[in-house]
This record gives sequence, C-alpha cells and structure tokens, in this order.
Amino acid sequence: MTSLSLKDVSKSYGAVEVLRNIDLDIQQGELIVFVGPSGCGKSTLLRMIAGLEKITGGTLEIDGMVVNDVPPAQRGIAMVFQSYALYPHMTVYDNMAFALKLAGQSRDEVDRAVKSAAETLQLDHLLDRLPKALSGGQRQRVAIGRAIVRDPKVFLFDEPLSNLDAALRVATRIEIAQLKESMPESTMVYVTHDQVEAMTLASRIVVLHGGDIEQFGEPLELYERPANTFVAQFIGSPAMNLVDATVVGTGPSTEVKMPDGGHALVPINSVESDLDTSVKLGVRPEDLRLSEDGEYLVAAKVEIVEALGETTVVYCEPRKDHDAFIVKLPGIHRIEKGTELRLTAAPGKLHLFDSNGESFLYR
Amino acid sequence: MARIAGKKSRLTWAVHISVALLVVAWLFPTVGLFVSSFRTADQISGSGWWAALFPAEQNEVYRTGDPDDDRVAVGDMFEVKGNIFEGEPRNISSWGVSSRDVSAFAPGETADMGDGETLTLADDGAYVWRGTDDQISGRGQRIFVTALVPPKFSLENYRTILFSGTGQDNMAKAFFNTLTVTIPATIIPIVVAAFAAYALAWMEFPGRALLIAAIVGLLVVPLQLALIPLLRLHLAIGIGKGYMGVWLAHTAFGMPLAIYLLRNYMVGLPRDIIENAKVDGATDFQIFTRIIVPLSFPALASFAIFQFLWTWNDLLVAKVFLIDATGSTTVMTNQIVELLGTRGGNWEILATAAFVSIAVPLAVFFAMQRYLVRGLLAGSVK
Amino acid sequence: MFTENPALLGLMTIVIGVGACLGYFFFSNVILDKVIFPAKGPNAGRNINRANMIRPWLFLFPALFGLTLYLAYPVFETLRLSLTDRDLGGAFVGFENYRKMMNEDKFWEAVRNNLLWLVVVPAASTAFGLLAAQLTDRIRWGNFAKSLIFMPMAISFVGASVIFKLIYDTRPADQNQIGVLNAVWLKFDGGIGSIFTLQLVPTLLLIGFVGIVGYVLWTFVRDFTAGGRNRSVWLLPLQLVMAIGGLWLIWLSIGSIVDIWVTELPYGQPQTWLTISFWNNFFLMVVLIWIQTGFAMVILSAALRGIPEETVEAAIVDGANPFQIFFKIKVPQIMGTIVVVWTTITLTVLKIFDIVFAMTNGQWETQVLANYMYDKLFRASDWGIGSASAIVIMLLVTPILVWNVYNARKEMR
Repeated sequence: MTSLSLKDVSKSYGAVEVLRNIDLDIQQGELIVFVGPSGCGKSTLLRMIAGLEKITGGTLEIDGMVVNDVPPAQRGIAMVFQSYALYPHMTVYDNMAFALKLAGQSRDEVDRAVKSAAETLQLDHLLDRLPKALSGGQRQRVAIGRAIVRDPKVFLFDEPLSNLDAALRVATRIEIAQLKESMPESTMVYVTHDQVEAMTLASRIVVLHGGDIEQFGEPLELYERPANTFVAQFIGSPAMNLVDATVVGTGPSTEVKMPDGGHALVPINSVESDLDTSVKLGVRPEDLRLSEDGEYLVAAKVEIVEALGETTVVYCEPRKDHDAFIVKLPGIHRIEKGTELRLTAAPGKLHLFDSNGESFLYR
Repeated sequence: MARIAGKKSRLTWAVHISVALLVVAWLFPTVGLFVSSFRTADQISGSGWWAALFPAEQNEVYRTGDPDDDRVAVGDMFEVKGNIFEGEPRNISSWGVSSRDVSAFAPGETADMGDGETLTLADDGAYVWRGTDDQISGRGQRIFVTALVPPKFSLENYRTILFSGTGQDNMAKAFFNTLTVTIPATIIPIVVAAFAAYALAWMEFPGRALLIAAIVGLLVVPLQLALIPLLRLHLAIGIGKGYMGVWLAHTAFGMPLAIYLLRNYMVGLPRDIIENAKVDGATDFQIFTRIIVPLSFPALASFAIFQFLWTWNDLLVAKVFLIDATGSTTVMTNQIVELLGTRGGNWEILATAAFVSIAVPLAVFFAMQRYLVRGLLAGSVK
Repeated sequence: MFTENPALLGLMTIVIGVGACLGYFFFSNVILDKVIFPAKGPNAGRNINRANMIRPWLFLFPALFGLTLYLAYPVFETLRLSLTDRDLGGAFVGFENYRKMMNEDKFWEAVRNNLLWLVVVPAASTAFGLLAAQLTDRIRWGNFAKSLIFMPMAISFVGASVIFKLIYDTRPADQNQIGVLNAVWLKFDGGIGSIFTLQLVPTLLLIGFVGIVGYVLWTFVRDFTAGGRNRSVWLLPLQLVMAIGGLWLIWLSIGSIVDIWVTELPYGQPQTWLTISFWNNFFLMVVLIWIQTGFAMVILSAALRGIPEETVEAAIVDGANPFQIFFKIKVPQIMGTIVVVWTTITLTVLKIFDIVFAMTNGQWETQVLANYMYDKLFRASDWGIGSASAIVIMLLVTPILVWNVYNARKEMR
C-alpha cells in the first residue's frame, strides 16, 4: 500500500529552482533515506513533506490524500529535527505531551501515550527533567519519543545523528534500526549526508543531486549497479575510480581500451553505434588487485601509501585520463613510492558509463 | 595579561587605585545627596555633608532656664541652675556668653558679665547663673558652646516628605501618581510589541523588511516632534491632559525600542523549535504564547526595565500630556523641579524628595542589573 | 467616581488594557480562523493560506497604529505646523517662523550650546567608559566597581540635577560652604599648588586633547588624500562635517589654553558656578557625562571581552606593551562598537531637556534646543516657532537615522 507519493513535485524560490519534477512512491513500512551532498535539496524535500515549505508544483499525497495545502499538524506526520528542537522550558514529559495536549486529547490518554513511549525509549526516569539536564543521546531519544507519541503515519528524520559524537552515533543508529524493526507498519523518511547511515538503515535510498533524483533503489543495488557516475562516486568509500576509455568491441560483452595500453572486456551489453565512442570505465578501489599475468586495466605510479594493517590504501598519481587513482588492497603490502603498479579487476566488478555519465546498464 | 608568564604587572596597583578613584568619583555625588537627606536643615547649612560623617567641632547656642520660672533667691542675689544638655552630655572645648567671642572661657571657668553678674559652666553642661534681681530677669542668658558633636542623623526629613509634610513638601501623592503612570505604561507596550516582534521575526509577509527598516528609523525620532501635534490631537478627541494621554504616549514612544529589542531576540531563537511546534499542531497564537513568550523572558525583562526606568524618570512627557493646571496629577520629577524653584535653599527637603524618587529605580537597577545589561547589549552592539 | 483614586484607576487600566490587548489578539485570530476563513469544507487549504497571509497584520496592527499615529504622523504634522501661524488661525506663512527664529539670539545660543554638548558629552562619556571598561576588566572586584559606575543610569535627569546642584551650591563667603566645588575652590589661594592644579594640569590635558584631535584629523586627511578605495558618496559630507568639527575643537582648545593663563582667577571668592557664562555649560554637561559613562562602559566592556584573546596574546609575543596592546590591538577591533556608543549618546544629547530645565532653565546662556522649544511652546505659546525648532532637532538627528536604517538593511541582507 502506498503511504507517501510525490508526483512531479518541484520547488523554487523565485527564479531559483531547488527541486525539479520529483516522482517518488513510498510503500507503507519502508524506511527511505534521502542522501546527497549539501545543497542537493534533500532537506527541502523533507520539509515539503512535513509542510514546512510550500510546494511550488506537483502534488504530495499521504495515505492517498492530497496534502499540498494541509498544515503540518494535520498531515499525520511527525518530525525529528537535526537540533532535536526540544522546548527548553518544558520537562521531558511536557515536551512529549505538547502535541497531544494541543490536539485536545484527555489527560489520561496523554499520560498513557507518553508513559508507553518513554518506556520503549528507556526515558521513564528522565520525565521530570528539563532538556538542558540531559546528555546528547538522551535528548535524541526524547526527540524520537516526541514523534512516537503522536503515532504518525510517516516519521520524518532530518539528519538526527549529525549532532552526536562518533561513538554515540553508531549506537543511536543501531537503536533507530531496532526501533524501525519494532514498528514494521510505520513509514519513515530519513535525511542524511552520511552514506554509512544510508546504507545501514535504508530499505531504499534516494540519491539526490542538484535538485534531481539520481537514483532510487535498495542500498546494494546502488552499490553494485549505480545508474550514473555521480551515484557511482557518491556511494562507497573511497569513491569509485573512473578512467577514460574507448569502445573497441561491442556485443553482449563490451571491449574497451585505455590510452595507456590497458584493456578490458566488460560483461555489459552494448550496441553497434557505441563503437569508437569514448566512455568511462568505473572500478571500485576495493575491487582492484595487483595484476599477476601481464593483463592489466591501468598502470599507475604510486604517490602515497597508507598502511592501515587490515588494508593498504594506495594513492596513485593523477593523469590526463583519470583523477588520482585509489587502490584498496586487503592486508599488508610494502609498496615503495614511485613504483608503477599494474592493476586489474574481475570483469563482473567493472562499470561502464557513456559520455553523459549514464550507466550502460540502464539504457 | 597580568598573569602571563608569571610576571606580575607593575600596572596592577595603578589599576586598582585608578578604579577606586573612578568609583569614588562616581559615587560621591549620590552619597552626598543620601547623607544630606538624613540631616536637619541646621546641620546642612552649618557644614558640608562630608563633615557629617565625623564628630565635628560645632558651635551651638543654648539658653539658660527662664528666670521667671526657675530663679531661686540666694541671699540678696538670685540664681538659675540647670544643665544646658539635659542629659545628653557633650565634650565642651570652650564657651562664651557673647556672639562676639564665643570661645572666651574654658569649661569650669566663671564668666564675669559685669556688675557682679556671673555665669559658671561646668564641662558636663551644668551652669550656675547668678546676679541681682534686675540682672536675673527677662529671658534666659544665651550660652555659646563649642563642642565636639558626634555624627547625628535622623529620619525626620523622610517623615516630612512622605507623611507629615503639607503642600509641595509632601511627595506621597506624587509617588502614587508616578506609580500610576509607570506600571500600565510599562506593561501595555510589552504586550503590543511582543506580538508585533513575533510577526516581524517569524512570519512571512510582503513588506516585512521595509517595516523593520521603518522601525529602526523611528527608533531615533526625537519625541519633541510629537509633542505639539499629539497634544492638539488629545485635546481634540477629548482625552485632554491626564493618565490616558500619558499612557498612550509612553506606550507609543516605547514601541520602537520594544519591537526592535524583542525582534532581535526572537529572531535568534532556534528555527527548529518553532517548526517543531508547527508540526506538533500549534497555531501561531499558541506558538507565541506557549513557546516564544517563555523563551523570550530575558528580552521581555530587559525591555520592562528600560521602559520602567524611562517612564519613572520622565519629566517631559508627563509635563506635556499629564499635568494640568490644577497640578493634582503631578509626578515626582515634576514636583522636584518645582521644589528646586520654590525651595532652592531647603536642602533637607530637596535632598530627601530627590532620594525618594531615586530609591525605586535604584532598587530595580540593583535587583535586575543583569537583564538591563543584556538588553543594552542587544540593543546596541548589533 | 473611581477616577478619584489614581491607584485604583491605574490598576483598572492595567487589567483592562492588558486584557484588551490579549483579548484583541486572541479573538481576532479566532475570528480569522473560524469565521472568515474556516479551515473546513472544500476550500480548507486555500482558506488556511489566506488566513496565514492576513495573520501577521493582525499581530502587527496595534503596534503599527501606535507608531504611525504617535511617531510617524507627528513628524509631518510638526513640519506643517512649523509653516503656519497660530495667531493667524493656522494660516500658511511659509518660512516666516524659521526667519523669526533665526533672528533670535536665544536660538543661536541654543544651537551653539547644543553643538558644544554634542562634541563634549559623547567624547567624554565614551572616553571615560572605555577607560573604566578596560581598567575594571582587569581586576577581581571589577564587576562590583562596574555596577557602581553604572548606577547613575538608573537616576533620573531631574534627580541627577538635584544631586549636582548640591555640589555646585554657593554660600556667602563668611559661611561654611556646603557645595563640594566651592569648598574645594576655597582651598586654592593662588600659590604654587593652585597654579599647578588649576593652570598647569588643565593646560597639559588640553594639549593632550589637541594632540589626539589633531592626530585623528591627520589620519583622516591622509586617508582622504590617499583615496583609491571606493567610498560611499554620502560619506563625504559626513567626513567634511567631522573635519570642520575637529578644527573647531582645536581652535577652541587653544583659545582655552590662552584663557587659562590670561584670566585672573578670583581666589577666595565662592563662585555661583551655574551663572558663569560659557563655562556653566560644562557644569551641566558633567551631569550627563556622569550618567552616560556607565552605559558606554557596559557596552564597551562587552566588546572588549569579545576580542579574541589570541590577538592579544599574539601582540604580547610580538613584544607590545599594555598601552600598545590597548590602542593598537584592542581599540581598532572595537571601533564599530565605539561608533555605536557614540551615536547613541549623541541621540540622547540632541534631546537633552530635563537637566537644563531643572538646573538653569536656559538662563545665563545655557539654553539648548529642546528647552528652547519647550519654552516657545508652553511659555510663549508659539506653536509655529516651537515646531520650527523641533524640526531643527529632527534635521540634526536625520544623519544618524539614515545611517542606522542603512546599517539595518545591510545586516538583514
């Protein structure tokens, strides 16, 4: 059942268009993550769903009802803000009860809802405190609790973990995942710029860039079959290497040649007209290995070596046909600066993008 | 800086002394008024107030008992005995019987006043005045005493000013009139301005920026310009001179600063909190009363102090809009100015009246200084 | 009648006034949401949007109404009144009032005195405030000292006038002086001590003052001739005014130095300070300086504390002494705040009324514009000239008004 549906939604401030023709269908029970670099419009999109920003074009439906002009409180949503936005002059209890009281619920109903949410989140003993007496993680939980008591159709999270320190962030991330599991019926929309959060939490990810949806799909689909060079480089760390190449053979498998003599047979379908066009060959740092048989994709000169123990990350000099080339080798390798590495990868791990940056897979 | 690298700055002492001098210089005038308000008229005109804090050589005039009542026949002479201090002993250093030579004698000596008339004064103030029937008659003999008088203060002036005084010397009515002006003129502008400030800070509407600029402009318009047109307006619409007029005037004159201060403060509140309240289902009115007002308390308090001090201390607005020919609605500042005109030399009255009017703002100042400073900073540093 | 009892009347007003305000805001919102644009039915969404477009104006209305009627309208009405004559039934008389006013010596005296106030009070208050801020920030009982220096802020101008009248009080020569100033004055007898404190020290102070003004003027001229940088057009007249003001100050100071040595001082005679023409202006100014220094100190102290400690530490490492640190590192960084303090005090000075009214009422050549206006208005009952002098005050304020609005606009962008 569709819980949240955006049709041709756009947003502009005067002449500046920040979101263009967004189409999204989100099913009930999903946890959707909006991810993208800052300024991509992900927060704006979330705020439009919340009703905090006017929708300039298109329609927004929640549970089958058009809610473009419905005020936030009546959309059946709850939102967790980046800064938690706890009311500093109210106790934890009053913070959680505020919305229910405004909605005119009876004192008993309010009390029951708050108590049960507090129990879920282990906030029972903090109910009488003011926000300033809470730790960062506790404030975060109160903010989530405030959303839970309202029993919304859609939860909206606006970068809820970005104010926490690294260790707490991991713990809270796991808590949110558990929370989602305990509420399988609820739909959640989650905005972040952190791809680890996106990969670990999402049932599906929306990658936004410059006001457009670049790709919408499951986390591993985005990793394994990125739709374009942007997604390819945005998902995964370090980012995917891209090398200029020319198509020399077409068919069920495409044969490409690199300017420096490298060569690869990629098991991706191509057509006659692709012959001799210039393309980009993509390969993730972790998929590269040192060539042992003389066949190689790329030969590159080592610039910096970072030995981390579990892996060795090698940065090679940038060249005309590719940016700094990054290789992530498992285990310990003693590589001198300045040596030339010949690198290769399994054919199934290679990606092909046309001159517009679109993947050959989705043509 | 003094602490850096363990080197004690040679300037530290100079700094301490300079600050002490500054503080004394700034405190000195007020202390003068304060001390004077506890002295009698004679004390004030007899010596500077700074002398009042220490025991002082003072010339006093006493009179012996009235011969008609007190004289006793001793042989063919008559005597009047008694004590000029009446149980309040002083240390007499010298005394005399004539205004031309007030310190002719030492205590215990006997003054020969001619024709056998004598006066003896002991150092505890006991005297014996002896002479013929003719000499010991009429009024009592004057005795000029130079004595070391300990500091003495009384609340008599305050009793006069607050309770027993008549006419201009009584400030009680003016005190209540001032309160009557001040309290509504402080509270009403806060309510009106807070709503406007919220609209200017957190609501979207065309012309907002222009309005804010206009308010910044009105902030400096001298209220002198408003006097004539508004007085005419008040007279024309029947408000005339009175409390209503002065409340309206103070409310409006305080408005630009109120809106400016409160808007600056409110605009700094976190956007997330206000949006969260919207998501929680609060209307603008509820956001204002349940979120903005409690969170803006510091700004509201600082403006309240400003407006209170300004309306309490005001003279011009009261003179123009409030005080009519009967003078029954006079405020303290105005009454003090009138006292300056009519009782210019009566410092015991003036000092006490002034101090009564200063006391309340000073109390407010010391109690709420923190908010006052905060308001000043919000109003000017931006 | 309850109007007989002002306390009761006041209480009623508070209840009614505040109640009416809150009631207005509450019910106007209710009416908007429930009656005019109900958030129900087929047009719910559109109605909500419309209600939200009108709501700001509901919130703003009482404030805007008050501002317009009590501040904006009077500016234009005063301008109109200044061009009419009351005796002629309000007939339009052009600039007749201004012409009459210009022909009055008292007006020019008020203008001269106002300019004097305008230069001395902001400068002295800011200087003392800066000094106090810098000194008190360095000692442990600084906050206590600050609160005592700040205290006069709470005292009314009238109260302060009484306080200082006591200081300036005069008694006949054969009596004990009860005014501090005369008591101190009579200690001087024309000997070495007198020459030192009354002639040498003031001369040195004045020379120092001339030096500072001259230095500022010089950097100013240098800055000006260097040119090259883009400057606002409207800054030019401001700079010109400042330059002329500076030159005038130097001229005045040099004249005063000569006066100090030429004038024979009446030693041993108690002085009625407030009747000594020209100098009595300064005795009045002292009152305002006394009040405003605390204000300057509080704001400048906050600004001084806002200076990044690193810049001071860097200067120490670079070998600067405390004075160099203060004048070359700290003062330049708080220049913006100094300007704000200066203009704020300038505004107060332009409107100064109570002190002059209470202490001299403009006698003995101490008239200022605001008191002149009050005099015309309520003693001479001349609305025309009264309005004309109010307009003069407005004109003097206008540059600051423009500057403030310009800055506010810049800040909001």
